[in-house]
Amino acid sequence: MARIVVDPVTRIEGHLRIEAQVEGGMISDAWSSGTMFRGIELILRGRDPREAWIWAQRICGVCTMVHALASVNAVEDALGIEVPENARLVRNIIASTQTIQDHVVHFYHLHALDWVDVVSALKADPAKTSQLAQSISDWPMSSAKYFKGVQDRVAALVASKQLSLFGAGYWGHPAYHLPPEANLMAVAHYLEALTFQKEFIRIHAVLGGKNPHLQTFLVGGMATSIDPNEPNATINPERIDFLLEVAKSAGDFVSQVYIPDVLAVAGFYRDWFGLGSGVGNYMSYGGYPQGSIKDPADFFLPRGIILNRDLSKVHPVDPANVTEYVARSWYDYSGGDQVAKHPYEGETNPKYSGPTPPYDFLQVDQKYSWLKAPRYQDQSMEVGPLARMLVAYASGQQDVKALVDATLAKLKAPATALFSTLGRVAARALETQLLASRLVGWIEELRDNMASGNVRIHNGEKWDPSTWPDTARGFGFFEAPRGSLGHWVEIEDKAIKNYQAVVPSTWNAGPRDAHGQRGPYEAALLKTPVADPERPLEILRTVHSFDPCLACAVHVVDATGQLKARAKA
Amino acid sequence: MKSSRHALPAALQARGVSRREFVKFCELMVATLALPPRYVSAVEKAFSQTTRPVLVWLEFQDCAGNTESMLRTSNPTVAEFVLELLSWEYHETIMAGAGKQAEEALERVVRENKGQYIAVVEGAIPTADGGVYCTIAGKTALDIATHVCTNAAASIAVGACAWDGGLVRANPNPTGAVGLQEAVPSIKVVNLGGCPHNPANTAAVLTHYLTFHEMPALDQYNRPLFAYGNIIHDQCERRAHYDAGRFVEEWGDEGHRKGYCLYKMGCKGPEATYNCPTVRWNDGTSWPVKSGHGCIACASHRFWDTKSPFYKRLPSVPGFGVDVTAAEIGWVGTGVVAAAMVAQVAGNFVRDRIRPKTAEKTDEPKDSRGD
Repeated sequence: MARIVVDPVTRIEGHLRIEAQVEGGMISDAWSSGTMFRGIELILRGRDPREAWIWAQRICGVCTMVHALASVNAVEDALGIEVPENARLVRNIIASTQTIQDHVVHFYHLHALDWVDVVSALKADPAKTSQLAQSISDWPMSSAKYFKGVQDRVAALVASKQLSLFGAGYWGHPAYHLPPEANLMAVAHYLEALTFQKEFIRIHAVLGGKNPHLQTFLVGGMATSIDPNEPNATINPERIDFLLEVAKSAGDFVSQVYIPDVLAVAGFYRDWFGLGSGVGNYMSYGGYPQGSIKDPADFFLPRGIILNRDLSKVHPVDPANVTEYVARSWYDYSGGDQVAKHPYEGETNPKYSGPTPPYDFLQVDQKYSWLKAPRYQDQSMEVGPLARMLVAYASGQQDVKALVDATLAKLKAPATALFSTLGRVAARALETQLLASRLVGWIEELRDNMASGNVRIHNGEKWDPSTWPDTARGFGFFEAPRGSLGHWVEIEDKAIKNYQAVVPSTWNAGPRDAHGQRGPYEAALLKTPVADPERPLEILRTVHSFDPCLACAVHVVDATGQLKARAKA
Repeated sequence: MKSSRHALPAALQARGVSRREFVKFCELMVATLALPPRYVSAVEKAFSQTTRPVLVWLEFQDCAGNTESMLRTSNPTVAEFVLELLSWEYHETIMAGAGKQAEEALERVVRENKGQYIAVVEGAIPTADGGVYCTIAGKTALDIATHVCTNAAASIAVGACAWDGGLVRANPNPTGAVGLQEAVPSIKVVNLGGCPHNPANTAAVLTHYLTFHEMPALDQYNRPLFAYGNIIHDQCERRAHYDAGRFVEEWGDEGHRKGYCLYKMGCKGPEATYNCPTVRWNDGTSWPVKSGHGCIACASHRFWDTKSPFYKRLPSVPGFGVDVTAAEIGWVGTGVVAAAMVAQVAGNFVRDRIRPKTAEKTDEPKDSRGD
């Protein structure tokens, strides 16, 4: 029996530590710990709610803009503001662009090296690699000469004995199964995707001035002025053409590179359709309003919950049922460790009780993480692309159903194969394809509105704080790339009184609760084989399949205790 | 950096770089740094060593936004950086190795490249309560920063948080967060503020350092003058509207659609320095003011506390609507962008002599927990 520690878990956002118990070559128990705390919600208190999004956006620079959107949604909910249709469309365009870019980066740059052995690519025959590439896709960059060039680049790197970012990989690990040609093809696409991500994200630069950390949201709408006749309007016919061109090129990359690669890799790792399942409950708040944000039935991606892997029933979601525990987290609650608190009543009194650094192991039988443990009606929920696709599939959303069924047929796998490590990888890819296609439609709707003379982009009725009630509170939500995101805001005397975010990676990476119920990462790692405890590649596979984002996950709320006292000091 | 310099083509060919691409890159770097063209060959030499310079990138109380920004770089691309120009041996967000193997890679750099590697730091460093608010591999951010940066040849803080504590340090600074220079006072840190940093500037600073073995000329905050020496307002494409008294009065109004000045909507451009309007973002695609929102002065010192509220009009910009007063707030006495750029280039020719007084306020916000 051995305790394995992976810290830092790299190729993620933020600071995550996994401790796992291994017995007989298999994980018998696991603990997920977030090891960094900033306290952004506390910093937000007392500030102007109209600028909360600028601050909240900095919760994360990888899934940049998602907290900005959840934040303006929350403040608009509190103040009763409906945004104009053009603003809704621009938000959908920005949000889907983010998710598409984020998913591509996740697969190629954060996750692929768990399946792809870079050094093995040196043994590949470029001519056979070309045949392989052309057999699965029409993507033009597939000649033997092209792959030889990529191989030469890798060879030069290895020959230099300075492997740079690739220096400490688990190359040659027995759990790598791709043939050298598939590895070479994947390395080529790793490099192509580096170019893709920076080109595609220029949609954000046009609409938000820059990426990461766009500067374009407004409570009540967007700062993207729109006018068919003005060359200096943020959105005009020329910019629409640019957006459409970039969006369409993304569709090509996703359908001709990303999707075929995922299917090819999955074909060599079929056992991972049976590993890494986890808690088996899946939640989606739903996203991409097609009319009012108050009408979830009309969202592009539906709202709902799947319980115990039962796809025959979709349960409703009520934000009132969200609570958080701190029984195994480094915080105190006024009511003690047994209680769970709703975000509006939430408190965060950080009280570190872990080992004094430097340390070798956490006290996993006590408190062991800066993440709280969110629960829905006292149950652990997995959130993210898999949850969204399952909820949409079970809800009968036509596009999703067709895409998922066709993919399962290609993989010759039943729907139950989706409840797995590879299921998350596949769901993420399918969602990317779905959104890449829908993105073009949203840009066209915006173009048509503009052409018909609709230039309304902001609802300024409540911009002046003198129009606000003395107190107000609201809930803003969004399906971020990594899952269900909620922001709760309380406004008093024109300023933020309390602010709280319950974010995707808190749902997924959170620790045990007062009942000892594991979080989704912890549950998914159970029964994972570990061939070599010194090089725990398999742990990375399952943890990375969730696409961890730890900076998001650690947050602080209404600090009625220690932190408030400090704030006054 | 220890190295034996070889003939340019051999060293480059081995890395799969074409000469044309390489010279193009060198010329672009020289242009960004506003150096005379004769320096192109010096840049070429610096990047033609058989042993590539080693870089490590540390992340502490961060959002990885500066990492993401680096991934958006085009000249050179991040692939060229990590594969051909440098040996990028530690960077949590994108490195292949994890856990023990990752930590060993970092330790090996400190041991074997002592005094020769570049350390880039992203994120604030918490000092309260023994540093428990950020640990990696069981060690505190402060211990890691001290160990790695005091053994580096040069340390660069990218983004607002690594520079001055940034958002994490904003009132009430719950974790006692500070920037790298304050956390490790014995070293000299070059600060590339901004939220996030602009990778074009970071690439230029790396190039300058590897070429001349010294940092470019710096201002009072140890920020490179070529990037932080000019007022945004003076370089702004909407400046003519300010001078003519044409302002956006409401979001989405006719002035907003025509690209008028955003001063009345809270733009902090008159008080902020950065080369944001000229270098722009994402391959020069845009910058916030061009896209319709005011500047929040994200490259200014302690901007979260000193420049917010972000939608409140600056109180003390003198006599807007009158050309002549521009001289009072800007180093460059004209609002014409082209003129500002010429002046910037001229300023950088005499790198070591110019220390223009920036119009940025240097007020130090009080820390409730900077203790």
